[in-house]
Amino acid sequence: MFIIGERINGMFKDVAKAIKDKDESVIQELAEKQTACGANSLDVNVGPASSNPKEAMEWLVKTIGKVTDISLTIDTTKQDVMEAGLGLCKSKPIINSVNANEEKMKNLFSLAKKYNASIIGLTMDKAGIPKDSEGRLELAIKLVASCMEHGMDTSELYIDAVILPVNVAQPHAKEVLKTIRDAKVLADPAPKTVLGLSNVSQSAPAGHKSLINRTFLAMAISSGLDAAILDVTDKELMDSLITAELLMEKQLYCDSYLDAYRKK
Amino acid sequence: MERLIEKWQDRISEVVIGAKKPIKIGGETGIYFIDGEDKCPNPMKVAMEVWDTEPESWPDALKSNFGKALKDPGEWAKLCVEKFSADLICLRLASVHPDLKNASAEDAGKALEKVLKAVSAPLVVIGCSSPEKDNEVMAHCANVAKGENCLFGIATQANYKTLTAACLSSGHSIISEAPIDINIAKQLNILICDMQFPADKIVIHHATGSLGYGLEYTYSIMERTRLAGLSGDKMLSMPMINFIGQESWRTKEAKTGTKDAGVLWEIATAAAYLNSGADILVMNHPKAVEEIKKTIKQLMGYICS
Repeated sequence: MFIIGERINGMFKDVAKAIKDKDESVIQELAEKQTACGANSLDVNVGPASSNPKEAMEWLVKTIGKVTDISLTIDTTKQDVMEAGLGLCKSKPIINSVNANEEKMKNLFSLAKKYNASIIGLTMDKAGIPKDSEGRLELAIKLVASCMEHGMDTSELYIDAVILPVNVAQPHAKEVLKTIRDAKVLADPAPKTVLGLSNVSQSAPAGHKSLINRTFLAMAISSGLDAAILDVTDKELMDSLITAELLMEKQLYCDSYLDAYRKK
Repeated sequence: MERLIEKWQDRISEVVIGAKKPIKIGGETGIYFIDGEDKCPNPMKVAMEVWDTEPESWPDALKSNFGKALKDPGEWAKLCVEKFSADLICLRLASVHPDLKNASAEDAGKALEKVLKAVSAPLVVIGCSSPEKDNEVMAHCANVAKGENCLFGIATQANYKTLTAACLSSGHSIISEAPIDINIAKQLNILICDMQFPADKIVIHHATGSLGYGLEYTYSIMERTRLAGLSGDKMLSMPMINFIGQESWRTKEAKTGTKDAGVLWEIATAAAYLNSGADILVMNHPKAVEEIKKTIKQLMGYICS
């Protein structure tokens, strides 16, 4: 499982404050902690409140780059902010994200090609998020086609079937799981699949969030999920991830399999 | 037609054994003997077994090759290295077994010193398979050979702590053994590493139950171990050792069959294990050693050409 740490996001109060105060230590601690917990890439999002998002993105990427060379997942809807982040990355970056709008695909796949980045493609367009897996797969096909048109390897594309909060959109979870399973047949090499996991438990009571997240993650792993943006510092969530992968025979069993995975 | 070469994620760790004339084992980047897949950095090595006491249980077909040298581990080791071209010596401290001579740790230490003095080839040192006695003897012997960078054995899941600590403090490598069980093999390596023992000083031994019944089990477990190691499982990406002589000469056919039966058993077993990923073959009969060294050379020549 390719793990993307979600924590450096301006939606979190500590990160928003650090961006405002230019407090490098808060960001660097989060980068180091997530890396130590097993992240393979770190999501970087300046958040909605930033007055100068481009400058904030540059500052975040530079600040993280001072302590780690880990891959960064540049998370923004704004083209200029995206390019500002990509240009400063030390390792192969990931674009988060493109959706199935023609113009967006044209712009962002070109950027992915230019910066040799992987890219997360959301199964949504101007009309929003389809309610079933068929609708999601139609948009996934558009993303795969655009990826190929831009001369990119389809294994560089991560299809995100967009999970919605279970407390407002309960029927979506099983449609997302079906999309994860079916997305694999859309191209050869198969596109990868990713989830922004924490969205499934958004607005749920605090005491249930982690439980909902880890249960859904285990289900998604059994459907073949390749990557997830998640709270890598949530130990119970990570234990579930490791155990689900074990049951899918992604690693060889031994009594200390949790330790063995973390030592990798 | 395009040749499909498997690209592996990881490589097997490289273990250095010996101080005077150190050798390297492991370091594989793919499955051995698949043309183009493996870069074969270190050819497999052959160790010959030397006991610290005359091996009464050995059949004459085996004993007759060594003559009077069987009475002196130093002479015996010298004969193996100089006449029979052994890459390493595997000293088996059999005399300490309570049911054999029940020799003391000090006696075993003296035999070890003799061998160290007689040859500059790297040493594998193993005990008598009595856990309590081995703990006492190996702790002493590890200290005797301090700085010689030997390969000591044998650690098992039930008995690994004393040997691990002794190897750690005296700078030796360790053999970790599992009973034809890949999950236990991995678990034991984790336990050993938890004692701050470096993973690149571990050599895996998959015990063979008894030949004829056990070879194909061990073969496939070794193959799975190697595939897991190459696929990125750090707790299985170690070189492997096999005790070919010990396994072959315990079979009824080797003991009671025709004159060459034991030699043939050794050669066939060693050749099979070479293909499943063995890095050190511990052998007994000089003729079998000669033949298997030829086989290694031919196979390595094939993949390196």
